[in-house]
Amino acid sequence: MTETTYREAIRQALIDGMEADADVILMGEEVGLYGGAYGVTKGLIDMFGASRVIDTPISEPAIIGAAIGAAMTGLRPVAELMYVDFAGMAMDQIANQAAKSRYMFGGQIGVPMVLRTQGGTGRSAAAQHSQSLEAWMLHTPGLRLVMPGTVNDAYHLLRQALRQPDPVVVIEHKGLYTMKGQLDVATPDGAWGQPVTRRTGRDLVILTYSRMLHESLAAADRLAQAGVEAEVIDLRCLNPLDEAPLIEAVRRTGRAMVVTEAAVTGSVASDIAARLGESCFDWLEEPVLRLGGEDIPIPVSPALEKGSIPSADLVHDTALWLVTRKAPPWAA
Amino acid sequence: MTVVSNTGPLARYRMMRRIRSFEERVGELFLKGGSAGSMLHLSIGEEAVVGLTDAMRDGDSFTTHHRGHGVFLGRGADPNRMMAEIAGKQDGYCRGKGGSMHIADRALGHLGANAIVGGGISHVIGAGLTYRNRGTGQISVAFFGDGAMSQGILYESMNMAALWQLPVIFCCINNQYGMGTRVDRSAGSRDFPARAAAFGLNAARADGAEVETVHDTARAMVSAAREGRPGFLEIDAYRFFGHARMDKSPYRTPEEEAEGRQRDPLARARARLLAEGAAEAAELDRIDAAAGTEMDGALDHALAAPAPALSTMFQDVYAPGTPAPRPQADRLRAVLAEEARA
Ligand SMILES: Cc1ncc(C[n+]2csc(CCOP(=O)(O)OP(=O)(O)O)c2C)c(N)n1
Ligand SMILES: [Mg+2]
Repeated sequence: MTETTYREAIRQALIDGMEADADVILMGEEVGLYGGAYGVTKGLIDMFGASRVIDTPISEPAIIGAAIGAAMTGLRPVAELMYVDFAGMAMDQIANQAAKSRYMFGGQIGVPMVLRTQGGTGRSAAAQHSQSLEAWMLHTPGLRLVMPGTVNDAYHLLRQALRQPDPVVVIEHKGLYTMKGQLDVATPDGAWGQPVTRRTGRDLVILTYSRMLHESLAAADRLAQAGVEAEVIDLRCLNPLDEAPLIEAVRRTGRAMVVTEAAVTGSVASDIAARLGESCFDWLEEPVLRLGGEDIPIPVSPALEKGSIPSADLVHDTALWLVTRKAPPWAA
Repeated sequence: MTVVSNTGPLARYRMMRRIRSFEERVGELFLKGGSAGSMLHLSIGEEAVVGLTDAMRDGDSFTTHHRGHGVFLGRGADPNRMMAEIAGKQDGYCRGKGGSMHIADRALGHLGANAIVGGGISHVIGAGLTYRNRGTGQISVAFFGDGAMSQGILYESMNMAALWQLPVIFCCINNQYGMGTRVDRSAGSRDFPARAAAFGLNAARADGAEVETVHDTARAMVSAAREGRPGFLEIDAYRFFGHARMDKSPYRTPEEEAEGRQRDPLARARARLLAEGAAEAAELDRIDAAAGTEMDGALDHALAAPAPALSTMFQDVYAPGTPAPRPQADRLRAVLAEEARA
């Protein structure tokens, strides 16, 4: 157990993954000499050389496409998209090529690659550098999708991703890179595909992932002061996702809220809420609530940006409303 | 608004000075904590782009990359509104929604700055179709960096421009770097005009240290484009500072930077004006001082300007008069309010 940062944990996972398997290569814009736009791959080119840590031109479709070809023929590439927003450039390679090859080709040609990228708000990086696009990935059968919210998960989900037979998209959060936490390289928080309960509670369940985990935990602390015990479940693996623990918790408490930073319409949260509605209908005291980003592009103005995504305050107020039926002042 | 064109060497010097002064104030805005974020890309060292912006005329349109402040000033931007946008303020060009990387102004023909490398290039093809079909005589220019030379959409667009003989120009401002990657580490062949020529474009490279050289080349290219001969102009320049405000360029040597900064289009223009007797030193000093005062004003304006009201976040997702996105609070109220349960 050591204290480290989310950034350092990812870097360590890449190092350990590359040391464990000589076929693992990294490729992407500025991953080598520059050390990654957010410093995650610093020094790796010196450790592993330029044939395993490959700086590419600014050519997103070809970066992903090349990784696909490498994966098809025996390497295990970790392709990096500097921002998940650039999936817009590369979506054909991601969704039509990587995701579908195994199926279209009758199971013959798998694509065991990892697509590392990061998303989210918090830097006034504006509409094309701040999105939360996990729903694009979740909506594409053939892709796996994980979104680490803790330091230990930042390490282990990436290590586990490197052992999967199919393409895995790992979406990090740009606002978490400097976050400190405990890393235990021997012990993952949970198995691949398992949600993790980060806090137990009897009154409602907050289901969330990535940076919103921390807003939700902060909200749960405040709820406890008001006598409301919220269970907080970190979804972390969005595909595959074992729904049984979610269903158990929601049936037990009768109230659930799904919290995401992504624009809420058509979001992962919408889908989770729908699944819980289907499987917990008779146990629910209240509708499964979704809390997410407003349905707008991310504005550059810091005040607008902050106001457009859930805060701990909003999670707290809404949860209290859900449990006590007393509307918060802003809802009046 | 009228944008003058082909203004002459002294006016081009003035514009380059204004651009540099503006960019220096953008740096100050950041240091004062007044900018919206740190993703601010200064065009210092690339001011000779004025050689092309000054060859365009009223009504011509353009798109830029993320390092587009200089281009926009060259096409007549109001520094106050630009700086306010960079600060994310209500009276900025885009009401504080877009910021430095997404500045636009329809009135001045700015169809938008883009934070996706290569993202705005193809739009000039469509603009060219509009001007061709309507016979307006306008042209449209895409400004982008050397990094975009690696994006496939550039090649798709160049082919269409040549195929359809559109009134467009592709302007690659080659500042030798895409973030930390020097161009020799991103391009198998660095002869960019040769690539464009292979598509059938009227292609040239101009020395970005010499605004008058750029202007001479650009003028001819603009005339040809107006006649339906699309062009490609590489402006060979040097990025004086880091990629964005947090980047200290650890990947290049101080010697290289010193050498690159020798190729200063502003200093060269000044020296040339003096050598040719086209201006007195005192006059140039006055121009410099006036630019500084003007841009100090823009900085003060941006710092003092009000932030947009929270409710404006829902505006302009869709056109006025059509259904706007439903604020989350409204939905929660509809689900949870006591009346909703009755
Ligand atoms: C599609 C896409 N890929 C990557 C990036 C990240 N990025 C932003 S600027 C930049 C370098 C661009 O270099 P260049 O085109 O030469 O423009 P310059 O910054 O030098 O003006 C990169 C890689 C991006 N914004 N968009
Ligand atoms: Mg460049």
